[in-house]
Amino acid sequence: MKYLLQRLAFYAVTAWAAITINFVIPRLMPGDPVQALINRFQGQLSTKAIDSLYTLFGLDEERSLWQQYLDYWGNLLRGDLGTSFAFFPTGVGDIIAESLPWTLALMGVTTLISFVLGTGIGIYAGWRRGSWLDGLLPVTTFISSIPYFWLGLLAISVFAVQWRVFPASGGHDASVVPGMTWGFISSALYHALLPAITIVVSAVAGWILGMRNMMVSVSSEDYVLVAQAKGLSERRVMFSYAARNAILPNISNFALSLGFIVGGTLLVEMVFSYPGIGYRLFQAVGAKDYPMMQGVFLIITLAVLAANLLADLAYMALDPRTRRES
Amino acid sequence: MAQPTDAAIATAEPSPAPARRDRTRFLRNPKTLTGLVILAGFVLVAVIGPWIAPHDPSARGPELLQPPSWQHPFGTTQTGQDIFSQILVGARGVLVVGFTAALIAGVLSVVVGVTAGYLGGLGDDLLSSVSNIFLVIPGLPLIIIIASFLPDTGDLAIAAIIGLTGWAWGARVLRAQTLSLRNRDYVQAAKATGESTPRIIVFELLPNLTAVIASGFIGTVIFAVLANVTLAFIGVADISDWNWGTVLFWAQSNQALAQGAWWWFVPAGLCIALLGTALALINFGIDEFINPRLRSPGKEDRAVRMRIGFTPVVRRDPPRDAGTGSDTAGAPGGGTTDPGGTTDAGVAGNPGTDTGKETHR
Repeated sequence: MKYLLQRLAFYAVTAWAAITINFVIPRLMPGDPVQALINRFQGQLSTKAIDSLYTLFGLDEERSLWQQYLDYWGNLLRGDLGTSFAFFPTGVGDIIAESLPWTLALMGVTTLISFVLGTGIGIYAGWRRGSWLDGLLPVTTFISSIPYFWLGLLAISVFAVQWRVFPASGGHDASVVPGMTWGFISSALYHALLPAITIVVSAVAGWILGMRNMMVSVSSEDYVLVAQAKGLSERRVMFSYAARNAILPNISNFALSLGFIVGGTLLVEMVFSYPGIGYRLFQAVGAKDYPMMQGVFLIITLAVLAANLLADLAYMALDPRTRRES
Repeated sequence: MAQPTDAAIATAEPSPAPARRDRTRFLRNPKTLTGLVILAGFVLVAVIGPWIAPHDPSARGPELLQPPSWQHPFGTTQTGQDIFSQILVGARGVLVVGFTAALIAGVLSVVVGVTAGYLGGLGDDLLSSVSNIFLVIPGLPLIIIIASFLPDTGDLAIAAIIGLTGWAWGARVLRAQTLSLRNRDYVQAAKATGESTPRIIVFELLPNLTAVIASGFIGTVIFAVLANVTLAFIGVADISDWNWGTVLFWAQSNQALAQGAWWWFVPAGLCIALLGTALALINFGIDEFINPRLRSPGKEDRAVRMRIGFTPVVRRDPPRDAGTGSDTAGAPGGGTTDPGGTTDAGVAGNPGTDTGKETHR
């Protein structure tokens, strides 16, 4: 219990840090970005948007920095993430709420698949060290060095342009109305398949390597030797003795590398024009839509924190030592 | 850099001979060697690329969107620019950003990680919380946000952002390693003889952390290269500087995919993947150097396996040999102290039983 409380406190502090970073970044930047933006949009911005810009960049001179910080928190707690420039009257929160389910579905499913698949292959490759499976290692190294987005480009060019098996972009058919209908769901799945395969292929390699190395280290531990000496079946030794211990660092790695995975997934969305928050971020970067970018960053960070918490719970379930300390 | 390190290891350890053998072992590792050769090739291109490029990468030519030919080995873009020259010239930016960012991150991670690990107490709690926070906040979105607010996004600015946000992983690993070194006898001895804390850190701890620092450095180079290319690809970084991400940016914004111009984006991606693989291979070499259990059985280790093949001899008096074997294996893997010994024990320790032998076949 103490462990869990410690973790919760840590996540609270991290969330506070992320929010504060989000507040500080625009205020640290040199120059007057607001004036530059107003010039760029040439009168298309309403006074309200300009006001919110000045609040965002902290150029609102009548208020002290501390007052601005409190205002910022107040807005956040009310769920107000500001107004998007690119889709002007729409709030950032609404746009994110609309695109978040796409990202969560794509990212959640692919991360789970690649973790399970990679860990499974890694267990075998580590247990049978020196077998033909070791020949896979250079291949996985190569694949894990490929940027996600480039693999996505390649996948589009082969499977969407050359062979036209899969759609090249979008989250669903333009003719289908989003809703809980079979037509929409099947269309969404069909559109998600190519991005999902791309992510799984690039992500699985890292898990294989990590798990394989942990298995190799663990299988020369004394307790594995003892288990074998006791004449337990190889399956039992492999899964209940070696893999169970080897998987623990892999789970904490999972939590830590989530940030990288999220970054990669956002890029895959950009390449496939998939309607998730990664694509929104891409659009926002292109349009210099600062409130949108900041909103996306905040939501991504909070989502990663939530996923980390889940990984911690899994760790607690698997490792009795964390529970006994209390 | 190599010279003082070796000297320091020699003073820290009783006999310099094993250290020398270990180092050649590191270089003899085929993975490391392959990685180093490929990396050297890229470094060479980064240095001389702009001079050997057959065309000006930005100059427009008459041949529009041509597939690879003798004239243009990687084909041309929609405006007739030579892609081969763009790749050659772009290598410099990629490597400069990669190594500068890794240098910044490396220095930060050593300062934070070693200080936290050595000092302990409140300072440790504070520093490791800060690095954990940086570790959990997703790096790429943070870099994108900072870079898009910056008015100047040249190579050095990008490298600084990546370096300042990407040090946490190295700091975490170094802290753990320092914690385990802190209570070793030789450090205690140095303390007892009255050496100052900075001296202990620089001359007693750092030499033994070299491999960990190097592996963290290489890992950060990989991350920085990917981040840099990504920033250029999505148009956050300055697209007037050529690097491989810029090539991909123009390919994407000119619909190279829809036009079937595969040569526009394939070479840049392959270069990134090849560079990443080379760096990862070097890192495997370092990992295997630190943790001998990870070594794939190479030539010498196969010789060890042959010895296992003779275990019928061992089985005649089973308790003795099995006992000594596992004793050595049980000794803590002392990192760089005696990798050779641990490997043999690790391999020999397992197949005490028949099932063990089966698994190694």
